Amino acid sequence: MIEGILIGLKTALSFQNLIMVMIGCFAGTIIGMLPGLGPMTAIALMIPITYGFDPATGLILMAGVYYGAVFGGSTSSILINAPGVPGTVATSFDGYPMAQQGKAGKALAIAAYSSFAGGTIAAIFLLIAAPSLSKVSLSFRSPDYFGLMILGLTAVAAFSSKGNFLKAMMMCVFGLMLASVGQDTLSDIPRFTFNTMNLSDGISFVLVVMATFAMSEALTIILKGNDPTKAAKQISLTELGSIKLDKNETKKMVKTIPRSSLLGFIVGVLPGAGATIASFLAYGMERNFVDEEEKQKFGKGSVQGLSAPETANNAACSGAFVPLLTLGIPGSGTTAVMLGALLGFGIQPGPRLYETNPEIFWSVIMSMYIGMVVLLILNLPLIPYIARILAVPRTFLIPMILFFSVTGIYLMSFNNFDIFLMIGIAVIATILRLYDFPMPPLILAFVLGGLMEENLRRSLLISDGSWSFLWNRPLTVVIMMVIILIIIWQIYSSFIRKKV
Amino acid sequence: MKINSVKIISLLFFVLSAFYLYTAHQIQVFAFDEGAPFNAKTFPIYLGYAGMFFSGLKLVLPDQKTVKVDARYLEFKKTILLVLAVIFYGFTILKVGFFLSTSLFLIFSYYFLGERRWKLILIFSFPFVAIFMYLLHGVLQVYLRDPLLKYIGIMG
Repeated sequence: MIEGILIGLKTALSFQNLIMVMIGCFAGTIIGMLPGLGPMTAIALMIPITYGFDPATGLILMAGVYYGAVFGGSTSSILINAPGVPGTVATSFDGYPMAQQGKAGKALAIAAYSSFAGGTIAAIFLLIAAPSLSKVSLSFRSPDYFGLMILGLTAVAAFSSKGNFLKAMMMCVFGLMLASVGQDTLSDIPRFTFNTMNLSDGISFVLVVMATFAMSEALTIILKGNDPTKAAKQISLTELGSIKLDKNETKKMVKTIPRSSLLGFIVGVLPGAGATIASFLAYGMERNFVDEEEKQKFGKGSVQGLSAPETANNAACSGAFVPLLTLGIPGSGTTAVMLGALLGFGIQPGPRLYETNPEIFWSVIMSMYIGMVVLLILNLPLIPYIARILAVPRTFLIPMILFFSVTGIYLMSFNNFDIFLMIGIAVIATILRLYDFPMPPLILAFVLGGLMEENLRRSLLISDGSWSFLWNRPLTVVIMMVIILIIIWQIYSSFIRKKV
Repeated sequence: MKINSVKIISLLFFVLSAFYLYTAHQIQVFAFDEGAPFNAKTFPIYLGYAGMFFSGLKLVLPDQKTVKVDARYLEFKKTILLVLAVIFYGFTILKVGFFLSTSLFLIFSYYFLGERRWKLILIFSFPFVAIFMYLLHGVLQVYLRDPLLKYIGIMG
């Protein structure tokens, strides 16, 4: 492991990669800060640029963007009570009241230190957990992988759907349908191409991500007539107050950070759960840990109330990399985008990544940590300046998003068809968003589609067409049981509990 | 059963799944693969059934959460025009070239969305695109196709 860490450090600390982490963190912070534009959009916008680099550099850039976007989301939560991403909603509970009390600088500092500490502790957990799990996952067979992918989709559908499980499952199927377009990987038989050469290679992953996130986000803002930066115009973004913390505040954070990190990491590892659930759970847990006096401060600007969700959401971000790097199965929409990018580089994450591409495996892990340091030393002093981004009017914001979306696809294919297809999917996604159809399950399903078919193919061929592979191995049985439990829980919470 | 927009979307998805299933059955597989436990159409067929199953359930079961979207407050006209502008941009980007089409698209969209500060509009169009192109093409070595600039002799 020490050797791996050194390989990772050597790659991550090269001049080019350090610059990439900085650019990534900076760009991610800016994009993540804009309400509505979260890490998925930020990474999606970066993908076409990363294809010009070697895989390790590209992934380091994206990891920086990811952390930067999460940090940026916290900033908009604290300053204007407009969380850029769902994972930072809980941050606004105490962060925004602190900002209203004239302690915006302090709130941002607490968020930055907590994020740093949560990310650092979780990166250590990741260092320990990932190689061990990689070795364990070598014993996984195709039926287990197929089961795990169904579990991932069901869990993301259950957790991201906010009570709309069926809608989320429809989006999963839609994502899988889109993934099935193009030539069959084994036989090269064209499927759903309608005799168009443009579809024979399938639909590009970047196209789907750009359409469903970046472009449809921009269209939704226009359609609803929202101005995401309106709230920023009502506050002073240059006078944020001191960023120094006193002894008492530091003491409170020291107690909160370890437990929230552990919770966040564990929740992050679970498929589908992610930063949002981690931050809410940490907030709730912290409220139970503090004394009566501090409990009264929750929701009114409590240091622990702000530190706990911020620590947990960053720890969960690191935790989410565990299933991605060790099993090759993303547990969230954002890591699904990362998986798509990895596949674009020709790298198949999974247990063998640790052996076949140790420099990528370790450099991604190490760059996460470096990203945390960069965020702390670069972004915190610059926050009063970066915060001005929040005041960018939508008249400039929307055209820029549309421009980056079209350019991203143009750079990849130099093809009108792909641009029109992206616009078509974006329009459909905008209508679906309007009626609360969640997009993360669609992306996850789109990314997993090929792998899922491949594992189902192997499983069915081994079992001679029988579905008994689902209960032949104890591990597969356990996975299927968890899937059934999630479905039963969803039916119970959607229909039976509401009637009662 | 109340008919609302979600039900209509579910119905459309049901029809899409049925069409997908029909098309999946039409996939031509190799003769020796026809009776195999798994061939190119197996997975799509399952997907078609799954799509019909979930959308069918959504159609039949009562809505637990009704999504209320008031069409009066939605800016359809603006959105459609912007989508048309993007389509036009997508159409011209190959013919006219990246630099000119992107700059004109940005100017149009800034103005269309209500921006009237011409100084800013001009800064964030032609010079912005030029810098962007330089960073991509010149610094990051990402190939950018621009027939117009090539014709003029600015780009190689």
